[in-house]
Amino acid sequence: MIKIFETFGEYLTLLFRAASRPEKPIMYWKETFRQAHDIGIGSLPNIAIVSTFIGAVSAVQFAYQFRTMNLVPMWWIGSIVRKGMILELAPTISALLLAGKVGSNIASELGTMRISEQIDAYEIMGVNTPAYLIGPKIAAAIFVVPMLVVIAVFLGIMGGWGAGIMANFYTTAEYFRGVTDAFNSYDVFIMLVKAVLFGFIISSVSCYKGYTVHGGAVEIGKSATQAVVYSSIIIVIVNFIVAFILL
Amino acid sequence: MIEIKDIKKKFGDYLVLKGVSATFESGKCNLIIGKSGSGKTVTLKCMVGLLEPDEGYILFDGRNITEMAFTERKEVRKEIGMLFQGTALFDSLTVEENVRFPLDMFTTKTLAEKIERVNVCLGRVNLENTNKKFPGDLSGGMKKRVGIARAIVMNPKYLFCDEPNSGLDPKTSIVIDQLIQEITQEFNMTTVINTHDMNSVMGIGDKVVFLHQGLKYWEGTNKEIMKITEGELFDFIFASDFLKDLRRRAQY
Ligand SMILES: Nc1ncnc2c1ncn2[C@@H]1O[C@H](COP(=O)(O)OP(=O)(O)OP(=O)(O)O)[C@@H](O)[C@H]1O
Ligand SMILES: [Mg+2]
Repeated sequence: MIKIFETFGEYLTLLFRAASRPEKPIMYWKETFRQAHDIGIGSLPNIAIVSTFIGAVSAVQFAYQFRTMNLVPMWWIGSIVRKGMILELAPTISALLLAGKVGSNIASELGTMRISEQIDAYEIMGVNTPAYLIGPKIAAAIFVVPMLVVIAVFLGIMGGWGAGIMANFYTTAEYFRGVTDAFNSYDVFIMLVKAVLFGFIISSVSCYKGYTVHGGAVEIGKSATQAVVYSSIIIVIVNFIVAFILL
Repeated sequence: MIEIKDIKKKFGDYLVLKGVSATFESGKCNLIIGKSGSGKTVTLKCMVGLLEPDEGYILFDGRNITEMAFTERKEVRKEIGMLFQGTALFDSLTVEENVRFPLDMFTTKTLAEKIERVNVCLGRVNLENTNKKFPGDLSGGMKKRVGIARAIVMNPKYLFCDEPNSGLDPKTSIVIDQLIQEITQEFNMTTVINTHDMNSVMGIGDKVVFLHQGLKYWEGTNKEIMKITEGELFDFIFASDFLKDLRRRAQY
């Protein structure tokens, strides 16, 4: 138990050091853009495929249930897919995917830099390493994850449309009537809050895990796995807390 | 000149350095030698500030860095260059970007000026036309040379090398040693080198500090080492019975 508090204290200290003022902002901007590019472009195909099929399967699931009940009009499905994607599926599933991909990448990259003394080499030059190596990654994640989530929502809705049309559940007009019906911008707000929080969790937890590696190649592997596991667990818990507070 | 005074360093209950004092002179290659695990790397890391000594102090030309705050220490760090045991080149950057990095981060030079400086340093270590290569594409000896170029790009007053010729063949080792020696004399740097390579000791050991069991056991020049006939240092230098025998015969 004491270990958990120690770890958490160490994590906060590192974040605090990462938040200090950059000595040369242009270098930090460049690094942030590089990271944003890596996280964004690198994860886009995964998120695109998964969110499209999640949207499609949601439509199929609800259509199946509505048909057997025969109580609600099929165009509602558009509305349900939209709401489900925005509030829950897009942010959470994207975040879990990103935790797996980006989290392990970040942790093993920093871990390798630690073991191969690259972090020491930056230190010797006088670089504030938490600020330079961690700051831009967190900034990039906070910026890029919401964009990815928006794309996931869009593709999820398109997936629901495609599946419904193929199965003849509804016409295009009916589906999009549902998608645009009773649109609530508060849902989008919640989605963005979640996306920013998840981006922060994934990047900061994996940076902490990678930056503090001791030992060798085995430890790098372990820390990458732990980065994924811990950020995924924290994501689902925070997801629940946000829903609890904001809904 | 760098002076270390009574440096102690503990990891858990294990006292690695038990009070080491030594002086390292400018314009010379100062070698720290000792068995594997004797604390050479720990001593070097304490000197450059990657580790905090538990006791004792370190003077860079009279400036005590153990008492300095982070910002003051940063100024001294800009006068330090270091070549790491595994070279520690940034593997996502090209050779040119590696050497240029300190300039990018800490100077306001134009890109053309920076590239010129990079080329001077790469030329100094005899590495032309590797600018666009990545560290992964270089041989061990070339990596070391890039590491040296990166270490000297900011014109440091102090150069630290942790086992500069580990993993190199004897010939390449000598090339690297000589390069370090030339650069040291050329720029009047205070160079501190960790090694357990006897060729280096004989070749460039202007000043040698022998660490044994966490203490400085002996200090002198490479010429003086040749006169040693017994004790821990003798055992260390003439590690094999064959060498010991040769050494004894040479005396008579
Ligand atoms: N961060 C650390 N934590 C715990 N123990 C350490 C740490 N760094 C070094 N040590 C211990 O300190 C001792 C000296 O290590 P050091 O790396 O200085 O040896 P060395 O003389 O450089 O050896 P080599 O020639 O093999 O590089 C070793 O026993 C090592 O286990
Ligand atoms: Mg060592």
